[in-house]
Amino acid sequence: MAGRVITITSGKGGVGKTTATANIGIALASQGKRVVVIDADIGLRNLDVIMGLENRIVYDLVDLVEGSCQLRQAMIKHKKFNSLFLIPAAQTRDKMAVSPDDMVALTDELRQDCDYILIDSPAGIERGFRNALEPADEVLIVTNPEVSAVRDADRIIGLIEAADKGPGKLLLNRLKIDMVNKGEMLSSDDVYDILGLEIVGIIPEDELVLSASNSGIPVSLNLDSKAGMAFNNVARRMLGEDLPFMKLDAKPGLLRRLAQFFGGN
Amino acid sequence: MTSLLNRIFGRRNKGSGATAKSRLRFVLHHDRINLPPERMEMMKREILEVIIKYLVVDKERVEIDLQQRDRSHSKLVAELPTAPGQGSPLRAQMAAKAASPDAMDANSA
Repeated sequence: MAGRVITITSGKGGVGKTTATANIGIALASQGKRVVVIDADIGLRNLDVIMGLENRIVYDLVDLVEGSCQLRQAMIKHKKFNSLFLIPAAQTRDKMAVSPDDMVALTDELRQDCDYILIDSPAGIERGFRNALEPADEVLIVTNPEVSAVRDADRIIGLIEAADKGPGKLLLNRLKIDMVNKGEMLSSDDVYDILGLEIVGIIPEDELVLSASNSGIPVSLNLDSKAGMAFNNVARRMLGEDLPFMKLDAKPGLLRRLAQFFGGN
Repeated sequence: MTSLLNRIFGRRNKGSGATAKSRLRFVLHHDRINLPPERMEMMKREILEVIIKYLVVDKERVEIDLQQRDRSHSKLVAELPTAPGQGSPLRAQMAAKAASPDAMDANSA
């Protein structure tokens, strides 16, 4: 096998990198792919709790690059999928404990028996981001339809292109379609116009995402969830399916709007 | 009444989303060339100062702009309508200097 390394990054914190990594990892595994997700946010470990694997950690990324454990020992198998593994970040070390070369060596080893290696990048443009970027075959930039997130995405896109890792693709997270329809939020077309990168997924705002992280069961396992469906669609597009975006933009019908109007919504 | 109709028929008003888009375009334009708005104005003023030494231009209609094709390609576009006049200040200075070197010194003092 020659696995592909996909780095998930954003510049700004809190836009949903870790959520996206967990959910795309789950969705790829549920399509039968062999997947390793790596938490590259050393010192601020989180991918483990989002995936519900926090109780199973023995060794972490720093142990691995320092040679304190074998690769297999640092790969935590997911509860539901035999073909999905997490390599957790170290919680008590800093980002300098891992170098970009370490990440290249690790992913080169993982490529041999995985289909996909997803790297959850830390926020920022410093060493942790460099570590996550260096081994990438593809970069997925997560952003929100909000001025500060789009601005930071633009900055990170420039750095990705300067490192010859471009052009990268966009994942637009937390879109509130009601607000877009009222003209009170940037639309996916607006974000595309501004950043000029292909959008590979549009994830609607969905309260079930918080419920999912509360319980450690990523929302892509919940097919009643719009966000969960959207993450599954991202994975299917990554696997080459030509899948249209979900009909988020469908405006409510006249009757519904009348009801909304008289209901004071 | 218009807004009521807009609400019932679901027309999209120009809300803060459009403001966000235009503000982002402005700020990213300057981010990408690493030249903040005020420094760009300084540059324009300096360029204009050089040009008016050689040309008589209609200062009211001067437009100097950095246009962006994409992230890594920009070009500086200047529109400098020349005003009908008797030649540039520099030419006047050179003429004065030719007539009397002392007059030039007096001008620049």
